Amino acid sequence: MGPILIVAVGRVHPGGLTALAHRLHTLLRTPVSETIPDIDPQSAFDPSRQQYRSDLLLELIADRAPADGKVLGVVSHDLFIPVLTYVFGEAELGGRAAVVSTFRLHNELYGLEADAVLLHERLVKEAMHELGHTVGLLHCYTPGCVMQPSSHTDLVDVKSEMFCRNCALQVGLEPLPTSPVQ
Amino acid sequence: MPETIKVDHQTARLLVVDDEAVVRTSLSRWFEEDGYQVAAASDAAEALRFLQLQQFDLALVDIRMPGMDGMELQERLRQVCPDLLVIIITAFGSVDTAVQALKQGAFDYVTKPVDPDHLSHIVKNALAQRKLTEDKSRLESEVSRLASSGEFKGESDGARKVKELVTTAAPTDTTVMIRGESGTGKELVARALHMGSPRRYFPFIPLNCGGFTDSLLESELFGHEKGAFTGAHYRRKGKLELADGGTLFLDEVGNVSIKMQMDLLRVLESKQFVRVGGTRTVEVDFRTICATNRDLEAAMRSGEFREDLYYRLNVFVINVPPLRERREDVSMLAQHFLSEYARATNKPVESIDTDAMHCMMEYRWPGNVRELENAIERAVVVCPSRSIRIDDLPEDIRHSPDHPDDLSLESMEKRHMADVLRRTGGNVTRAAAILGINRVTLYNKIRKYSLR
Repeated sequence: MGPILIVAVGRVHPGGLTALAHRLHTLLRTPVSETIPDIDPQSAFDPSRQQYRSDLLLELIADRAPADGKVLGVVSHDLFIPVLTYVFGEAELGGRAAVVSTFRLHNELYGLEADAVLLHERLVKEAMHELGHTVGLLHCYTPGCVMQPSSHTDLVDVKSEMFCRNCALQVGLEPLPTSPVQ
Repeated sequence: MPETIKVDHQTARLLVVDDEAVVRTSLSRWFEEDGYQVAAASDAAEALRFLQLQQFDLALVDIRMPGMDGMELQERLRQVCPDLLVIIITAFGSVDTAVQALKQGAFDYVTKPVDPDHLSHIVKNALAQRKLTEDKSRLESEVSRLASSGEFKGESDGARKVKELVTTAAPTDTTVMIRGESGTGKELVARALHMGSPRRYFPFIPLNCGGFTDSLLESELFGHEKGAFTGAHYRRKGKLELADGGTLFLDEVGNVSIKMQMDLLRVLESKQFVRVGGTRTVEVDFRTICATNRDLEAAMRSGEFREDLYYRLNVFVINVPPLRERREDVSMLAQHFLSEYARATNKPVESIDTDAMHCMMEYRWPGNVRELENAIERAVVVCPSRSIRIDDLPEDIRHSPDHPDDLSLESMEKRHMADVLRRTGGNVTRAAAILGINRVTLYNKIRKYSLR
């Protein structure tokens, strides 16, 4: 997959980025680094919807991608694409950039107690999912595969953080021996 | 990006039509991640150009576009590509227009912005419905093809008459009685009646009434409840229930016992019955077609067949002539069975030579079309060349008295007496009456010609 650069867009907890980078490195066996550059997401803000357009954020971060690698934007704001009410993230299919939002991954949004561990797990899964799209993977319906589409957190929670065997082989990764997804 | 629905996307092609570039791009990207093939058009004219170049399964059409709007485009799409599914995309506040689009045939509409789950559900449901429609259409044509392969065939006057009667009676729900000798194709006629009726996509259930004892026939017809009798481990539906919506074909109805005739009459009139061992009344809707080779009028006179059942069944009668009365059909039927069995046995048999055909044309075919079919099947199996010869035909046909080598008066007398005795079932008194000779003379001839 090549090196991955995680960039914070707007205000994102730096500890969360480090933990994400560590986990992605373990899962993808590729160098992963993180940075908090000076990227102002305001140009992607839509005042009428009080949300940020994920496609414009992708444009903002795309040129930060390392050579032969991918850039993953992490944003705390709510994302949308025109037509849809919201998205958890977006990626250039077979491209270099992906973006994920933590906004709808928080338990608090659904009236539940905050859970930092669960939030981290959800962010890892959504990051893996969008990065999967950047290497050309489509949605996969193998139970547990991280490329399963998920529009709600409960659907994020039931899938694993890894590609199924087929998806892993498509991107040249050997599935982890401990992977629950076969 | 979020999505939750599993759809077979491998071949689904979507066309997005929207004048806003950002909508086209985001929808295309959204659907491509799910494996759809997506094309995007910025206006109606471009959409129509795309449709000339390739086929699409579904179009997502924005209702407000400059020039030709979504409503007008939908109308054009329906003319150009009537099978295309259309989902209208509308802004909040133009729902009335979207409802109008539904009335004009759009599959559904979505209001911007739409919940990702909702959009996926609608597209998935639309494609699933399209697949069901296509499957249904394919299965219906397959059913029609299979049904026509077993249709009643023949070009003789007798066969034409049968076909005309079938055409007349098929679309109605009237009870039909098919009469004819064994092997004439009464079940084919029954199937043709079923296939020509509005019930053709429901079951055709044949039941040979002559093959069962009363108790077995009762169980076959009405089904039984668990524990109704020894061995009834499960509840079982009878033929009447299986025929619900379709056609019940009662073959050899003339052989049903007097006791069962009463039960049969009751259910044919009320379309209600109770399973054997049960208490609940079951209602069914079926059409009745029956067949017999028995002289039902004689059976009625002798008290073996109920008069009320006779009149209940004898509503529209189709008499299927024996093959000997439509010899001109022998050649066509033989050719038909030849190609059928050549294909089934994978043998390169293509024709029937003149002598073999002549032999078959002369034969009386007491077993009718069934006997002809069996003869051709056998001939195809044993035939060593591309053409069936007389030697390939069954011995009964080759050495039939119907095409004798010996044309002496004595030989003709012998064959004629043997034929009359066969027709009377060996009844010497009746045979003698038919022949116009007394019984003693006939006995002497029988002894002389060793006819017994």
